[in-house]
Amino acid sequence: MAATSSSPSLVDTLFQRSLDDLIRALRSSSSSSVLEAAAIARALDEIRREIRSPDLDTKAVALQKLTYLASLHHLDMSWAAFHALELLPSPSLPHPRVAYLAASLSFHPSSTDLLPLATHQLRKHLAPSPSNTPALVAPALHLLALASSADLACHLASDLLPILSGPLRPKAIATALRAFAVCPDAAPVLFKPLVDCLSLSSEPRAVSAAVSAFCELALAAPDPSPYLPLAPEFYRLLVDSHNNWVLIKVLKIFARLAPLEPRLAVRIHDPVCHLLRRSPAKSLVFECIRTVLSSLSDHDAAVRLAVDKIKEFLASDDDPNLRYLGLQALAMLGPAYLWAVEESREVVIQSLNDTDTNIRHEALCLIMGMLCESNVVEICNLLIKYAMKSDPDFANEILDAVLATCGRNVYELIVDFDWYVSLLGEMARNPHCAKGDEIERQLVDIGLRVRDARPELVLVARDLLIDPAPLGNPFLCRVLSAAAWVSGEYVESSRNLLELVEALLQPRTNRLSSLVRAVYIQAVFKVVTFSFISFIKQIQAFDTKSSADRNAAFESENGVATADKAVIFDSIDNNETIKHESVSHLLDFVETTVGPLSECDDVEIQERARNVLGLIHIIRETRYWDIVAEHGLTRDKKISEIVELMEAAFSEELGPVSTNAQKRDTVPEGLILNENLSDLAEILGDIDVTPCTSILFSLRCHHPTETKEDSAPVIEPSSLLAEHRKRHGLYYLPTEKDEVESNDYPLASDPLLAVSHVDDAKDIVKLTAQSFIPRKAKPTKPRPVVIRLDEGDGVSRSGLTMVKEFKDDLLSGAIRNVLLGNESKPSSSRDMSSDRTSRRGENDASNNNDLFSQPKESNALDGRKHRKSSSRKSRHHARHKEKNGSPGNEDIEETSHRHSTRSSRHQGRHKHRQRGDAPPDVVSQEPVIQDFLL
Amino acid sequence: MIRAVIVMNTQGKPRLLKFYEFQPPEKQQELTRSVFAGQGALLSGRPDNVSNFVEADAIFGPVIFSSLLFVSFVAEITKKKKQEEFKEGTRLVYKHLATLYFVFVFDSCENELAMLDLIQVLVETLDRCFKNVCELDIVFNFNKMHTILDEIIFGGQVLETSSERVLKAVEEISRLEKSSSSVSFVPKSVSGRFGR
Repeated sequence: MAATSSSPSLVDTLFQRSLDDLIRALRSSSSSSVLEAAAIARALDEIRREIRSPDLDTKAVALQKLTYLASLHHLDMSWAAFHALELLPSPSLPHPRVAYLAASLSFHPSSTDLLPLATHQLRKHLAPSPSNTPALVAPALHLLALASSADLACHLASDLLPILSGPLRPKAIATALRAFAVCPDAAPVLFKPLVDCLSLSSEPRAVSAAVSAFCELALAAPDPSPYLPLAPEFYRLLVDSHNNWVLIKVLKIFARLAPLEPRLAVRIHDPVCHLLRRSPAKSLVFECIRTVLSSLSDHDAAVRLAVDKIKEFLASDDDPNLRYLGLQALAMLGPAYLWAVEESREVVIQSLNDTDTNIRHEALCLIMGMLCESNVVEICNLLIKYAMKSDPDFANEILDAVLATCGRNVYELIVDFDWYVSLLGEMARNPHCAKGDEIERQLVDIGLRVRDARPELVLVARDLLIDPAPLGNPFLCRVLSAAAWVSGEYVESSRNLLELVEALLQPRTNRLSSLVRAVYIQAVFKVVTFSFISFIKQIQAFDTKSSADRNAAFESENGVATADKAVIFDSIDNNETIKHESVSHLLDFVETTVGPLSECDDVEIQERARNVLGLIHIIRETRYWDIVAEHGLTRDKKISEIVELMEAAFSEELGPVSTNAQKRDTVPEGLILNENLSDLAEILGDIDVTPCTSILFSLRCHHPTETKEDSAPVIEPSSLLAEHRKRHGLYYLPTEKDEVESNDYPLASDPLLAVSHVDDAKDIVKLTAQSFIPRKAKPTKPRPVVIRLDEGDGVSRSGLTMVKEFKDDLLSGAIRNVLLGNESKPSSSRDMSSDRTSRRGENDASNNNDLFSQPKESNALDGRKHRKSSSRKSRHHARHKEKNGSPGNEDIEETSHRHSTRSSRHQGRHKHRQRGDAPPDVVSQEPVIQDFLL
Repeated sequence: MIRAVIVMNTQGKPRLLKFYEFQPPEKQQELTRSVFAGQGALLSGRPDNVSNFVEADAIFGPVIFSSLLFVSFVAEITKKKKQEEFKEGTRLVYKHLATLYFVFVFDSCENELAMLDLIQVLVETLDRCFKNVCELDIVFNFNKMHTILDEIIFGGQVLETSSERVLKAVEEISRLEKSSSSVSFVPKSVSGRFGR
């Protein structure tokens, strides 16, 4: 067969290259990728030929080579699936092993539908027979574990049973676990043997495998309550086992179960604390810490102990892993245990300086978690200073964290907005800053929301605009855009208009992108308007005032009224006066600098430039401009009109728009909201309807009301809404995720990297020594009003309520059935076990007496049960029916009862103590609260 | 569970790949690459004296196996929600030894430090098996590597942590393989004939 394909040389057909030969050939050609690709292609040709050979050895070697290439050179080998199956029945052990390896590495129900063909062969290999050595059964199990479909798992579930009690038990358990995952129907058959593996008599490795299987199941299950009846078994392991692997898994299971059963926490408290104190294994100690922090956080002594252990972790200078995990553990503590973080403050802050990025990151998170109103100023100042000196990645991480924390929930932490606004300015000056977008957003947002912060905002904007350095930094152009917008919009807070205009029109602005530049020019437009209006108003005010003055002057016979106009302007108010010369100069300056831009290629710039020039033209045309000394200005209709018009254009204040604003609009008549627009999408398919987002920025300055209306009336289908949101992001309040960009922009100034970091960290520790102590906040001035809209504002809710459909989770259901002995599903294994239980039932009563005659825990519940043990059951029956009549609860009660009785045989007293653990009334507690802390 | 075991050299060439959730070959290549030099230069960018853990949620995404358990969790939206609520917590732990990185990817069912120990177990076993293991041993013993690994980790579950017992099992298997094929396994091979 081989001879027919292509034209292989005689040598090729006579000799087959082994896997080693192939590897050697690949290694010798690995110097260049072209050579390697050629070598692989050649090998593949060879394999394609050889794998069809009737000789099984040849086929096996070919398959082995193919597996190697597929695994380490990422070739597709799905085409050879059938050849792998062909090798399975071979009597020579290496053949099926090679085939199983190939199959387990490459088969999957989603891509390989051939595996069902091998059902029979798999069954043969799994069957208990002397010829099926572990060397053959194990790979068969592995294939079943990794690549089985639901059907196959179901078919072969019963074949696993004999192996579940043989020497390959651990592997069978791991396989059974995967079988559950793909096929919940297998649970009734496989679950009991799995539970049996937990018993003391089992081989330690089987116990370990079974515990990790249950850990996997309980942690993955949305509702772990079906595993609650097994708590006694796990408790026994927790107390008796000396295997750290087992203990770790048991602790994980308990951490998952404890929220369901409050008394479980009380029960595991002592053993966990014991392990925490005694265990030399760091892994186990860490798991104990985690369990304490997640499940025993109400027990102060345990938390204290855990915190002490965390400190030991943090203090291990030679092991960064322990320090990292220690910081993570601190982060797990949550806001209720700030004292613990406080105690390790120094270490946490030192960690900001660690060489390890993980550790720095955790430390930063912890510090951000400590922020509160009273210390936000000090800590953020320090962090921003620190960011100036750290490496680019971490600097941006710090900026990100500060921006996110301070901006959280509409700046709830910020009292002093003047400070925060200047901090934003400082952030923009960080040489590594790549967070321009978020800074831009917050600058504008604060402008809209916090009226009192506007003067400072304008000041910060001015400083940013005047500095020519940031103009060339692509990461900062967004910030500059915000600065320009702010100084235009709130121009009335500006101190020196000419300076501002000069900054906005400085020559280096040509390095900005055209859209940002358009914003700049629009800001100039606003400044010009403002200065003109104020000038006119001033004259008008002077007019009225001077006529009053004149009257007064006539009376007092004083000649002031005849003084030169400019002098009088000066005399009105030295600070506020706008001289005619200065306005004139401003207009001249603007005209000369903007003039050339009216010929600019870019439409945005050109349009705005022409607007500005047009405005200046109108102003120049007015009669007043020829310095008319007489006071007839107020009566000049034209000027009044212009002033009114321009005032109207910019007087309306822009405000934040609520996310829910659209919902409040009534739906116009005749508009069908649920109409399918997919036809429309087809028609519009090739028209790009997404304009660049930044256009909107300038749009917004222009026609604020228009755009708002435009977004208002229609509630579109969600996809369109999302699209709209993308385009009009500015009008939606909740923050969006920042894009993290790498900052490779050449530094504008020397970042002071040479400064010794160690000293800095010490300084920080010193400086923050006081600031972390939560002081009574004594704000010198009250927090300014921050405009918050309705409930939806700032809080980003994903809008999805957690669906309580977990209950239908098939696997949980199946397991519940198995554990609770649901009568409707009889199966062979269940029959057996129920048989066993009934036999043990005889001992039941005596066991119970035993149990209740020695109530170890002085628990009220135990006591009560002790008294009423005989009548317990009937009482519960009655109560359940009264209360909610839920059928499941009673079942749980019964099974836990059965379980403990069954296991009581080989356990003795631990079980007895445990008996109280699953008391019926707690299990039946109405809403089982799910805890996702894990 | 353990989601993947990756052994690669310091140039990022994979030497042993085992994914316990099915990944198509292209995806395997992508994952291996991003583990070696992903965003923020994962392994290749980390100096020697730093911690050995890396958050890997971004690379590996939600656990496929667990999502199988969440039968009702198919919808994309709920999956997103789930990620928020459960915090998958996929991490990887690695050890850099000589020219090799040993990487284990695991989820929240495993203990971080225990995984670090497990790498030690694997390395120790290899060392005993190959007598001072080096990269070449791993390159040329593809099948044996898988045999050893399968004794330690099976279907994503840790089954054996004693290198002694692993070694015994592996030796037993190779003994059986030899006895089963009395003739040489690769009769036609002329080793080295095509090499170099």
